Amino acid sequence: MDYSYYPGCSLESTACEYNDSVQQVFAAIGVELHELEDWNCCGASSAHSMNRLLSLALPARNLAIAQQAGRDVVMPCAACFNRHKTADHEMRTNPIRRAYLEETVGFKFTGTVSVRPLLDIIANDIGLERVRSMVRRPLTGLKAVGYYGCLLVRPPEITQFENPDNPVLMDRLLDALGAEARPWSYATDCCGGGLSLTRSKVAAKLVSRLADRAREAGADAIVTSCPLCQVNLEMRQGKGSPKMPIFYFTELIGLAFGLDKTSSWWGKHLINPAGLLKSLTLL
Amino acid sequence: MFDTTFIDQVNTLSEQTIQDCYHCHKCTAGCPVASEMDYGPDRVLRMVQLGEKERLLSSHDIWLCASCETCGARCPNEIDIARVIDALRQFALDTRLRPVPVVIAEPDAVKFNRLFLFVVQNMGRMHEATLLASYKLWTRNLLADMDSGAIMIMKGKVPLLPHVIKARKDVKRIFETTRMENR
Repeated sequence: MDYSYYPGCSLESTACEYNDSVQQVFAAIGVELHELEDWNCCGASSAHSMNRLLSLALPARNLAIAQQAGRDVVMPCAACFNRHKTADHEMRTNPIRRAYLEETVGFKFTGTVSVRPLLDIIANDIGLERVRSMVRRPLTGLKAVGYYGCLLVRPPEITQFENPDNPVLMDRLLDALGAEARPWSYATDCCGGGLSLTRSKVAAKLVSRLADRAREAGADAIVTSCPLCQVNLEMRQGKGSPKMPIFYFTELIGLAFGLDKTSSWWGKHLINPAGLLKSLTLL
Repeated sequence: MFDTTFIDQVNTLSEQTIQDCYHCHKCTAGCPVASEMDYGPDRVLRMVQLGEKERLLSSHDIWLCASCETCGARCPNEIDIARVIDALRQFALDTRLRPVPVVIAEPDAVKFNRLFLFVVQNMGRMHEATLLASYKLWTRNLLADMDSGAIMIMKGKVPLLPHVIKARKDVKRIFETTRMENR
């Protein structure tokens, strides 16, 4: 089974290691990702904050492209996923809005293509058993917390992905990779990513709280599935305390699979996780 | 001072039924930034109900919302408060809808959003280098995050050349159409 692929803007820049790890993991599994032709920015937080119709029309254009390509679209970025799923949901449930978006973008919505978050595809379509079978180097000794963030799980009627108060897929994935998923209560607490640049101190408070709680839960690292969370969690951890490395879940899959080119990822992080991995003899 | 039509206007733009709120405060209890706000999500809804337009549109609250959607997910009356906040942002900036001049409490947030959308309108995608440079110049805050910024550039995570999509005219048209419709 192939998928269309919508990387989103940050995977081409600040989250390039996420993009690379996704491509390598999918290549190893043998599932092809076809990048959407000439895709545009989803609008992220700025669009819905300033103009709701714009925030629906920008993703709608990508959905038109995806529909043309005829495959379900995988989205590694939780924010992009949320914006596209919102536009998709709107077009499926609101005929007047659908007509407006069809007119604005210039297409006819058929609803034949689904928008899927990356974690869902890997854990459910490809399946944890398949992932487990491909592990060459179990991540023994790695104690981490699964951090899902906000936009993957809320609003639940739109994202339709796991229990918004207690998601488990990332934790199950970490188990399948041989790591220890530490239980904690903050898996969907906001990291303040949307405020990272405009109100950094507020974001820093939320980030330090998450890092403290992760440590309290016995974790040495936080595992994310959103590029904005990941950058925010790295950038806004306070100076002076030992900083907690923040992984993308696909990086850990790649490491556990024993893929060749994983070493290029660690140096891209603001908080280099190589030290932690070496101490666990995983590198 | 109290605009009794305000609740109808906000209901229409946000597509929510704000009069359903019976102030259980679950939203404020779960809001990650409530402690930074002037009022908190629950009191924001109360002010909409009472028509306290000017005070509300001049608050920090409407800009501090991180759109985490915790409020909406927990509301027993299924009010998507984050969408109400988005609607209030649009009201605060729309000169035709405001009755009297409103003071934008977080001008940096507005600048950031305007710049973000300006880049997307012209390139079709985000270009962080343009966004961050212009944001720093416009807010006259050149030094903040200089260290992590420089590190990211060195690690090749901030492409200096933008990628302009082929269909940039289509994206521009989307911006123009939705701007006109946005009432």
